[in-house]
Parts: sequence; structure tokens; C-alpha cells
Amino acid sequence: MWSIRAPLSPRRGSLVRRLLALGFVLPAAMLAAPSGADEAWRTPKPAIVIESKEHCVAPPEQIRREHPDMLRHQRNLTVRLGERGMKFSLNGCIACHADRQTGSVIGSDHAFCQGCHSYAAVHIDCFDCHQPSVRPNAPALATGAKP
Amino acid sequence: MSAAPPGPSRRALLGAGAAAAAGLMLAPGIRLVELAQARGAGEPVSGRVRWGLLIDANRCASGCTACVDACAQENGLDSTIELRQRPQWIRKVELKELRTGRTAAAPVMCQHCADPPCVDVCPTGASFKRADGIVLVDRHTCIGCRYCIMACPYKARSFVHEPLTQQKPEVPRGKGCVEGCTLCVHRIDRDRSPACVQACAESEHGAMLFGDLNDPSSEIAQRLRATASTALRADLGLDPGVRYLGV
Repeated sequence: MWSIRAPLSPRRGSLVRRLLALGFVLPAAMLAAPSGADEAWRTPKPAIVIESKEHCVAPPEQIRREHPDMLRHQRNLTVRLGERGMKFSLNGCIACHADRQTGSVIGSDHAFCQGCHSYAAVHIDCFDCHQPSVRPNAPALATGAKP
Repeated sequence: MSAAPPGPSRRALLGAGAAAAAGLMLAPGIRLVELAQARGAGEPVSGRVRWGLLIDANRCASGCTACVDACAQENGLDSTIELRQRPQWIRKVELKELRTGRTAAAPVMCQHCADPPCVDVCPTGASFKRADGIVLVDRHTCIGCRYCIMACPYKARSFVHEPLTQQKPEVPRGKGCVEGCTLCVHRIDRDRSPACVQACAESEHGAMLFGDLNDPSSEIAQRLRATASTALRADLGLDPGVRYLGV
């Protein structure tokens, strides 16, 4: 393993990333070819069930990349300036994406937020304060369990 | 109830307020004000508005905790921790005038000062005053240093000592942050009055009046123009948005 210290131009960076990816994926895929693609990864990919079939507020690729910035930007506008009813909102995410059984976006690796965050090993601070459940008064749901 | 017409001078305004006072004193029923114009989605709050409360200690019943209970219910303040560590956004205070023996009661909460000391001392800028005069804590920035608790002369700020899991979706709260009365900002932003004011009106004491201090035609502005009111610790010159009658 080696790390790239010098900043690369986007083009060169993407080329290097592609070569790296090829170098890693090809042998792994060849090794694991008989037993399925998922097992090529030491950590299983998150298995998230998105039950809401409606269109999201932005394309999924953009949301995956930019949701921290979307939420961080929106939170400042809402708390500081009092802007309400905007396109991006944490409660909006929860309302659409909470698990139908548990009513929460955290609590298991199939839950919408926790699934990806535990895969990526990124701690979610949001639910230290925010209610992760659409049914806040059901004690079994809001256990506060964090990844 | 007729609005006092905005006069060309301060003197004329005061005169009109005094004239309106007669009608107000005959019918002192306190009702929820019609709130200012609704804002659209994504529209920031306006600095033209300044939200305030008028609390009439003559009507506030000793022993009644409707406002305190409503606040706890609305904001999810259901702590069971040791009493002195519990967050307290609003409390009932019983007053007794020693010479005459007269007693009065009134709720005390964040006074939403125009010059808030909590904002002055906050090292991270978490304690701030919104354009419409509501003093809030931005918990995203609060480091829990509690300087604001020390600075507030009204003891209006609390610290959350315990991990929370039963927050209301509209009122995020968490361990390690300072908090205080938000004037039910989530309700105000949806054109509803604070929970304590609604509960007080429903309890038929009607001791709390909420409205826009800057709008001369609002009921609270008319009453403040007509009747002598008190700011708690007026000597500090903080210009609180919460005013009292009969204390």
C-alpha cells in the first residue's frame, strides 16, 4: 500500500485511481469468481432496502456524495436564519427512508443511515441529538443505538 | 379591538395608546394574537419582527403549572435525572411582598434580551440572537462550556447532563449542550404561538400574551403601550422581550 501525497490534477488522479482499482479488483475478481461478486470484499456491501419508491430530492449518486454538505448547509440556514420547508432536511430523509419495521434510520446494519455509515466506518453524530425515528414515542424504536 | 393609528410623532402615538387603553381595560380578556404574515418556504425570518411575551402576574394562578407542563410536553423534557440536574426551560416563581404580604406568581424563562449576555460570552458563537429577536443555542456549535449559564441573570439556561433518546423530531437536544427556552421557535415558524401561551389560554387564566413587539397594531404592543409593565432586572438594561405586569 502507498499513499499519494502530492495533489494530482483531476485527470491524472482519476487515471491513477482507475489503475489502482483495476489492480485490486481484477485479481480479487479472478480469485472470487466462482463464489459470487460480494465475497470479493472483506466487508460485505451494505444491504439497504429503500422501500419508498418515490423520487428523492436529488439523484442518488449526488446524494451519496454530497448529503453531508446538503444537510450541513441546510442546518445553518434553518437554525440561524429560520428558513423552513426547504428541499433538503434531515427529518425529510427520516420520513421517507426509515425502516418500515423499526421506524428508524439507525439501529441495524440494514437501516438506511447506519447501513452505509458502518460500512464506511463513519460515525453519525446527527442522532446524538436528532430523533432517528419517525415514531418518537415508541420506546422500543428510539434506542439511541449508534453504529 | 381597533389598532392605534401610527401617528407622526412619539407623543401622538402615546396619546393614541392611552386612548386605546380605556377599551382594553374594560375588556381585559387575553386572546392569542393573530400572528404576523406567514413566511414562504426557504424565506429567512425578518428583522422587522420582534417576538415577545407579556406575562400578567395578576392573572397567573399560584400553584398552576400549565405552562411548565406544556413546555415539557412540547419540547420533550422528560428527564428523570436528579432534580437539580434536570433541564429547566421555564419555572414558576412565587413572589411575596414583605411589607404588605401581597403574593403573586409568574413563570420565568429565557427573557429573549435585545442585548443578551449569553451571546456576548459565548466563545464559539453558538449562542445567538435570531433576526426576529429569539435567543437560541446552535447545538451544532455549542461545546458545553456553560459560560452562558453563568452570564444569564435570569438563570434561564440549562445543561443536558444525560444521554437522550426520546427527543421530539422538531426539538433536537443532546447531552453536552446548553439549552434554554426557544420561544417554541418551531411553532412560531409555522405560525403558532408558544406552547406555554396556548396552555395558559386553555387553562383560562390567560396570563400570557404572545406577539410582535414591533407591530404597533399587535395586541401585545397595544397592551404594552397602554399599561405600565416591568422588565425583570431592568437595571441591567438588557431590553428583554418578556415583560411582566403586577410584579
